[in-house]
Amino acid sequence: MKEIVKNESENDRSSRRNFLKKVGIGVGAVSIAGIAGSSVLAASKVKSGEKIKLLSPDGTLVEVDKDDIKPASEIVADLKEEARAGLPNRKFSMVIDLARCKNARKCVEACQEGHLLPKDHEWMKLYLLQDDIHTAKYWFPRPCFHCDKPMCVSVCPVGATYKRPDGIVLIDNQRCIGCKFCMTGCPFSARVFNWKDPEVKVPEGHVYDPETNIPATEGTVGKCIFCADKLRKNELPRCVTACPMGVIYFGDILEDTVTNGNETERFSKLMVDRAGYRYREELGTLPSVYYLPPTQRMFPVESGLEDTDESIKGRYKNVGPR
Amino acid sequence: MDADNKLLKDLTPELEKTSLTWYITFSIFFAVFAVGVYGLIQQIDKGHIVTGMRDNVVWGFYIVNFIFFMGLSYSGALISGVLHLFHTGWRKPVIRIAELITVISLIIGPFFIFFCIGRLDRLYFLFIHARIQSPITWDVIAIITDLVGCFTYLYLSFIEDFAILRDYADLNVPPWKKKLYKALSLGFTGTPKEKKILKNARIIMAAMIIAIAIIVYSVLAWIFGVTLQPGWHSTIFGPYFVIAAVFSGTGLLIILMWIFRKIYHLEEYITKRHFVNVGVLLTVIAAFYGYFTFSDYLTKWYGSIKMDSILIDKLFTDYYSLFIFANYIGILLPCIIIAFPRFRTIPNITIAAIIAISALWVNRYIIVIPTLETPFLPIQDTRPDWITYSPTWVEWSLTLAGVAVFAMLFMLVSKIAPIISISEMQEKDENEIMK
Repeated sequence: MKEIVKNESENDRSSRRNFLKKVGIGVGAVSIAGIAGSSVLAASKVKSGEKIKLLSPDGTLVEVDKDDIKPASEIVADLKEEARAGLPNRKFSMVIDLARCKNARKCVEACQEGHLLPKDHEWMKLYLLQDDIHTAKYWFPRPCFHCDKPMCVSVCPVGATYKRPDGIVLIDNQRCIGCKFCMTGCPFSARVFNWKDPEVKVPEGHVYDPETNIPATEGTVGKCIFCADKLRKNELPRCVTACPMGVIYFGDILEDTVTNGNETERFSKLMVDRAGYRYREELGTLPSVYYLPPTQRMFPVESGLEDTDESIKGRYKNVGPR
Repeated sequence: MDADNKLLKDLTPELEKTSLTWYITFSIFFAVFAVGVYGLIQQIDKGHIVTGMRDNVVWGFYIVNFIFFMGLSYSGALISGVLHLFHTGWRKPVIRIAELITVISLIIGPFFIFFCIGRLDRLYFLFIHARIQSPITWDVIAIITDLVGCFTYLYLSFIEDFAILRDYADLNVPPWKKKLYKALSLGFTGTPKEKKILKNARIIMAAMIIAIAIIVYSVLAWIFGVTLQPGWHSTIFGPYFVIAAVFSGTGLLIILMWIFRKIYHLEEYITKRHFVNVGVLLTVIAAFYGYFTFSDYLTKWYGSIKMDSILIDKLFTDYYSLFIFANYIGILLPCIIIAFPRFRTIPNITIAAIIAISALWVNRYIIVIPTLETPFLPIQDTRPDWITYSPTWVEWSLTLAGVAVFAMLFMLVSKIAPIISISEMQEKDENEIMK
């Protein structure tokens, strides 16, 4: 190595210096031109004075300067920013009472309707589980767990999925590149992929918002989003209100309250009284969904198979301990 | 000088004329490639539903091929890089092939990732929205570094050869080729100072590509290793994948040595000794690879962890023959063939190499797919293609297209650059371990 340095002639060193000089000047010129250009563009926004009549959300007619109306792309950007910020001072969690679930599947249907999902996409999925031959079979509704240490968020290479301060994990379908790393990262199989064009009809004038996540986009990932759009309007998620048995409680851990629409309980009391737990706690992802064990069931497990479609019954023919 | 002239006379005919067989073979590979392109168009048009991947097995053939092709790139890192640093003399006729394998497989590998990505139109998001915490970002950085490094290393070995070809008066090639050699040789005139710079550059790059290659393959292993999935969440994955990659790279080198020796009549330069030496390397690596595989599965099988037992069960029932082929036959057969002098012939060693890299591809398959078929929450579905993965014609055609492109690129390069490094063969290295 020393020999290379020693034999280096003045010519070599000065030609390297010239090259670096040229590169430096080039980079500097391009950046100055870029800054100058963008500031010129920004300064050229002058108001035209043209007014437009609009109907405001509370039913009054207002006149707005045409230039104050933002193009759709800017609105989407604002919505995405709000979606990442979330609702302040909240920590959402869900409690699912396994003693009451009888596979009515109203939660699945309401979710699919509300998010315009194709029929083979189930963000809320119903399993029939049996841990051991001596233990009970039970119906297991599984939404996304919105973990506090989400593996899916860790592995996303482009930050398309993110956890926000109020606990909800969302997906930005306009950023998702469809690598499916999040799907292999999630140990709970909570995510679905749009393998083809979902072919759903989107309502007129709909603007993309991660909190509604409509429409499903081909080549991207989807999952339960705790109906973030409903929460912003102070309404309960669709599966909570749709369940005829009141299986799903939803609420705020910071307020220590959960409700299934009819009954409201103190979250901590519910956990202690009914011995609440989380699925596969040892994985350490810290889910936001808690389960109440299937004790003192209201009705037998088999009743969940009675009024079910054949195509769905077939899913559960091999149920047993693994 | 007579030896040098003879070397030139033996190698230049391939650069000068192209036989009909070459054109026919190239056309066949191109046809395979075209079918693959058609499959890709179908996939882009109709969506990934045309593949066999579904919501549980989200990674199939494409990821298996990606890992496989990236693994082949180890031939350059090991044979060329390590042997270069150890100044082993016998490496000289085979390093050009090894380095070409590296660069070509590094070009093809990332394409299989592209096929797996749902939104190809957003591929550049990997750069402008990159999250450094994601193993995929580590992979992007590592692969780009590896490509640049290996290409530089290859090109450094080309410079002197192109200069020799440029100066070789008897070279009977069309003028555009002569101009190409002139341009690509970068004005190399063979002065002692230039040779010293080139030599030092090659030593630095040899060391670097060994380090880079180990990092690249470990990062690839950690894409699986850092997840919680049963079968993937294994501490051995980093070193295991590195060893497996060396295994496949060495195997492919033997196969290509055999092919080029046959079709370019290089029996004088690539001798049985080379086959035996690379074969011994293959055997040693096979032993390590077998050991790592065995220890990974032993700990899973012996313990009682339910998810491990479920996975082992699936491997020993649904994937039994593939498992035995990949992890027993694929290791023992090459070892036996090469370890016993009685079996050590050039055709036998080549067959051992073919078994080795087929076994390695199958090994990749049974690492990726069975784990995805046994998630924590059982797959409760009625559709058979959602329960078990079965690849479709699109995935098969793109796999074969990848092999075809590999062959075509090799065929094209062999028409421009000599397949044995002329400058290496001519070089008299003082520290050389003598033949």
